[in-house]
Amino acid sequence: MSVLAEADLRLDAGPLDYALLVIYFVVVLGIGVMARRSVSSSLDFLLSGRSLPAWVTGLAFISANLGALELMGMTANGAQYGMATVHYYWIGAIPAMVFLGLVMMPFYYGSGVRSVPEFMLRRFGKPAHLVNAISFAVAQVLIAGINLFALAVIINALLGWPLPLSIVIAAVVVLAYTTLGGLSAAIYNEVLQFFVIVAALAPLTIVGLIKVGGWQGLVAKVTDQEQLSAWPATGLTGITDATLSVIGLVFGLGFVLSFGYWTTNFAEVQRAMSAKSMSAARRTPIIGSYPKALIPAIIIIPGIIAAVIIPELAALKAGDTSSGVKYNDVLPLLMRDLLPNGILGIAITGLLASFMAGVAANVSSFNTVFTYDLWQDYVKKDRPDEYYLRIGRLATVGACVLAIGTAFIAASLGGSNIMDYIQALFSFFNAPLFATFIVGMFWKRMTPTAGWIGLLAGTFTAMFIYLISEPSFGIQWLELPGQGASFLGAGLAFLVDVVVSVAVSLVTTPKPDSELVGLVYSLTPKKDRTHSATGEDAGWYRSPALLGGGVLVLTTVLYIVFG
Amino acid sequence: MRLFDLRLIIAFLFGVYGVVLTVTGFAFTSTEDVDKAAGVNINLWAGLGMVVLSVAFAAWALLRPLAVPTDAGERD
Repeated sequence: MSVLAEADLRLDAGPLDYALLVIYFVVVLGIGVMARRSVSSSLDFLLSGRSLPAWVTGLAFISANLGALELMGMTANGAQYGMATVHYYWIGAIPAMVFLGLVMMPFYYGSGVRSVPEFMLRRFGKPAHLVNAISFAVAQVLIAGINLFALAVIINALLGWPLPLSIVIAAVVVLAYTTLGGLSAAIYNEVLQFFVIVAALAPLTIVGLIKVGGWQGLVAKVTDQEQLSAWPATGLTGITDATLSVIGLVFGLGFVLSFGYWTTNFAEVQRAMSAKSMSAARRTPIIGSYPKALIPAIIIIPGIIAAVIIPELAALKAGDTSSGVKYNDVLPLLMRDLLPNGILGIAITGLLASFMAGVAANVSSFNTVFTYDLWQDYVKKDRPDEYYLRIGRLATVGACVLAIGTAFIAASLGGSNIMDYIQALFSFFNAPLFATFIVGMFWKRMTPTAGWIGLLAGTFTAMFIYLISEPSFGIQWLELPGQGASFLGAGLAFLVDVVVSVAVSLVTTPKPDSELVGLVYSLTPKKDRTHSATGEDAGWYRSPALLGGGVLVLTTVLYIVFG
Repeated sequence: MRLFDLRLIIAFLFGVYGVVLTVTGFAFTSTEDVDKAAGVNINLWAGLGMVVLSVAFAAWALLRPLAVPTDAGERD
């Protein structure tokens, strides 16, 4: 990503473009000020008082994930690997999002916990809780720093502001609105960001498609015709055997990584927990899955177009690296070559909005876990609520300062292999967490000891795979491309966690059934797992099962037509 | 609790963006700009699209205004 600055990506932004950008920032900060008026308790600040409608939380659910790495990474994948990139959206997200809404949300929302680590506390007790809360908080600060760094790099490349200044300005804007309005401000802005991102990418895609002569023109101009079909994606997985590549995709990406990310990552789950009712909470990820299924049209297609019409990218694809351009530069290059002033301002706004969404999601989930799961549980118990509201605000400031620090670390590393690094972090923490959750939710015999030992065993397994496959450590026993190693690490971490959890459970004492009501499937009465279907939750079109079934059908049809 | 309606904010932002882009596309777009965007007056069309989005959100907010919740939800 550091190469961004070297290639000629400077956009010809005029006064009109800057004006549109400024209008956006004024509205963003205005939302922070307005949201502040509705904050009167720590629950208001950290979970929006559990008052938000499902369409808001659903779009925020998607937007929180639509950050810098997603936009840059997936347009780049589109240019490099073509249609196979859709797997990250379809098999790699939709089933997990539906599963979260239909199967897991009743336990998260129904048990009244305020965070994912708090669920661990109730189900498995303190050791598992502490392991989970600390690893989550650390990972969020690291990822926030990387998002901040990516944001600063793009400001620097597009607008020419110095890198350190860009990092600080970006952090201050995120800090301002999240400290003022808490999670509500972050979520409202995420919804706004969603529409701005779409408003930025849709015209870019349409102009690009017209330029290549429509869909037919694009199909005719793609040099490697294999890249027009999604299967078997051997280029993407790095596995040469077609059958093994498909198995790797379905099990590694479609099951372990995807379920681990979407169902246990609190930065995502928090959006659903802030919904106003059980029904709205269950619909949150499912409503989000519809735009998730469709958005590849304006993310991956521009990538494929860019590889055809941008001369530097076409040269790169043919193996000529002399221009200094990288696949990550797809969006700035398209904006430079296709958009006139005016819509260019919207596109710049959309990119910056997307990058801030990622940072805000990291920060707002960090401060909840820090306040409720670390400070309240282990440092200062039983204080009045105003105290925890103040701690929540201070944690937000602290998170932003730490993120600036980690952003400078990322900057000093030159920003190489950022995507691989993030994937490795996910395989360390999310894959074992998902295994522990799924066993713990459906098997009441799983013991508190098994909870934390299984988690640690899974995490160490994934770290071990990273250690022996990452070239820079010098002990490379396994030769797999970056993504392949994290698929394998995640898969093994999942298996080891399950095996260790079962083995330890058989020799230790489980919690009595009475303490597990609402946390384990077989001990939760059916009425507690179902949601009310009256008042604002009435109507067949608000049924989570129907909406979930609908998106699975939609995804299948998309695979048949475009796969 | 003071309620504020996100739908009106979306309508406001895209109303402003839509009008600015439509006017730009209509009155201040050169042939060079149009050529750059593959022969499409993209400012005009994107601007009109945003105006439509803005009107849709404003209509939704006006037809289904936010109600002050009467109960405290399903749980505490």
